[in-house]
Amino acid sequence: MSADSPLIRARGLVKRFGDFTAVDGIDFDLLRGEAFGFLGPNGAGKSSTMRMIGCVSPPSAGELSILGLDPVRDGREIRSRLGVVPQEDTLDVELTVRENLLIYGRYFGLPRDVIRERTARLLEFVQLSDRAGDQVDPLSGGMKRRLTIARSLINEPDIMLLDEPTTGLDPQARHAVWDRLFRLKQQGVTLVLTTHYMDEAEQLCDRLVVMDAGKIAAGGTPRELIERYSTPEVLELRFDPADHQQSAEKLAGVPAQRREVLADRVLLYVDDGDAALVAVRALGVEPLTSLVRRGTLEDVFLRLTGRELGSE
Amino acid sequence: MAGVATRVPGTALPGLAPSGWSLAGRQLRFWLTNYRRTWRGSIYSSVLNPVLFLGAIGLGLGTLVNAHGSARLGGVSYLAFLAPGLLAAAAMETAVGECTYPVYGSVKWNKTYQAAVASPLRPVDIFHGHVLFVTLRLAMNCAIFLVVAAAFGAIRSPWMIAALPVGVLTGLAFAAPVEAWAVTRTRDSSFAMIFRFGMIPLFLFSGTFFPITQLPAWLRPVAYLTPLWHGVSLCRSLNLGTADLGQAVIDVAYLVAVAAAGLLAGNRTYRRRLYV
Repeated sequence: MSADSPLIRARGLVKRFGDFTAVDGIDFDLLRGEAFGFLGPNGAGKSSTMRMIGCVSPPSAGELSILGLDPVRDGREIRSRLGVVPQEDTLDVELTVRENLLIYGRYFGLPRDVIRERTARLLEFVQLSDRAGDQVDPLSGGMKRRLTIARSLINEPDIMLLDEPTTGLDPQARHAVWDRLFRLKQQGVTLVLTTHYMDEAEQLCDRLVVMDAGKIAAGGTPRELIERYSTPEVLELRFDPADHQQSAEKLAGVPAQRREVLADRVLLYVDDGDAALVAVRALGVEPLTSLVRRGTLEDVFLRLTGRELGSE
Repeated sequence: MAGVATRVPGTALPGLAPSGWSLAGRQLRFWLTNYRRTWRGSIYSSVLNPVLFLGAIGLGLGTLVNAHGSARLGGVSYLAFLAPGLLAAAAMETAVGECTYPVYGSVKWNKTYQAAVASPLRPVDIFHGHVLFVTLRLAMNCAIFLVVAAAFGAIRSPWMIAALPVGVLTGLAFAAPVEAWAVTRTRDSSFAMIFRFGMIPLFLFSGTFFPITQLPAWLRPVAYLTPLWHGVSLCRSLNLGTADLGQAVIDVAYLVAVAAAGLLAGNRTYRRRLYV
């Protein structure tokens, strides 16, 4: 395997559970040193894809090669070179922080002194050095996540797999996790992550694919996707629920590249949001609130699937 | 910060291509690390359990039994009759206890099995690691039982030392199949059923407390089919000096066969459960 060949290569990758097709023929390449994201709502097939990459879920069809190896035949070798942060914490809450790293290091066959040295370094990295001797159970959700990240790095992996790394965390804890992941990225660690948070994808991913119903709807850098599927600015308007629909229809007269009428808001996709707001008022329509913002991956997702990212 | 960065691909990989048993040993270490926190409590019950049963039933009830003649017990005291059977039955209890909730919890509560399976360990290694741990627990409990039984004066033959491996084997004949089944469960209510309708009847009617010749004739073949009866009768024959080589070979072979079937089943159920 040459230095510039993809670390992961998938072609027509499929995962079925009985009659249900969770992943429906996806293609992607992961390059060395990049942060690659799968963005999509719950049930899009992101976690199934991650489990196939993690060699704990045999593909139903298609090609998948990880580090130039076959996940079914060489699962053990591939896994020895991955660092996995699963969606749900899998820490042993009855053991201490340090013991969790010790056990995990032993799973990888690392000698005790190597584990001890890395544990000190990794706990410092995730800011848990002062909790090393504490039991895991009482730690906060954010601390457990950070410990899981430290644990996944114990074998100095070639690729880190993060399945919804900040789901369920409060905003402050989430930022602490992002900060750590961003540092790893700066160090050149190859990251694969799934998320249904568009801000997470925008902050962390060099490149991402938008997944919906088991398929890849589009792919590229966050900026490319926004340029291709959204507009520089978006005008968000809220109306009195009583005449929401009526007001939305009147907005047809405002020049916009696209108009999305959601249950609670109307979005106008435009180059200049302030100018569009002036045009709205010129029609005699007065929104309860208005917001001009830049286009985001949320808009990309809405455009590609017709649904909001947070919807089930 | 000095790099937590990843290794350059292609450099030496420590611990690669180890044998299956060395991988299982890594999972054994996980269980031992956990056990370090709970061993004291477990020792209390390992000692207390035989003390209570040998005291209340062996000595207490045994006085009544002995008073009415013990011809059916082969002319020995009820205590000497009971102790070896109880050793085998206690091994079954240990095995079923260790192989139900701890296994289920590793998949459903702590999810430590999911953590392990993301490492180089395979489902089969995770399974074997736990079986090894249960083997150690069985050996420990059987040894403690023998010491307690000796203190009660229940041991009549030096051959009783062989009851230790027989007890472990009896336990494994339960551990492997129960564990293979427990890992497939999606709700823990199944285990209460196993305790109530599996273990307790076996405990009472496999010859532990009275010879199965006391059972109605139609029920006896059922007792012969249970692994516990083979464990009980082999242990008892060791203590009473009635061991017969042919019967001992059959008992051991039967227990080994049941344990082996459980191991084969577990290899499969663990894989199906952890590789989805």
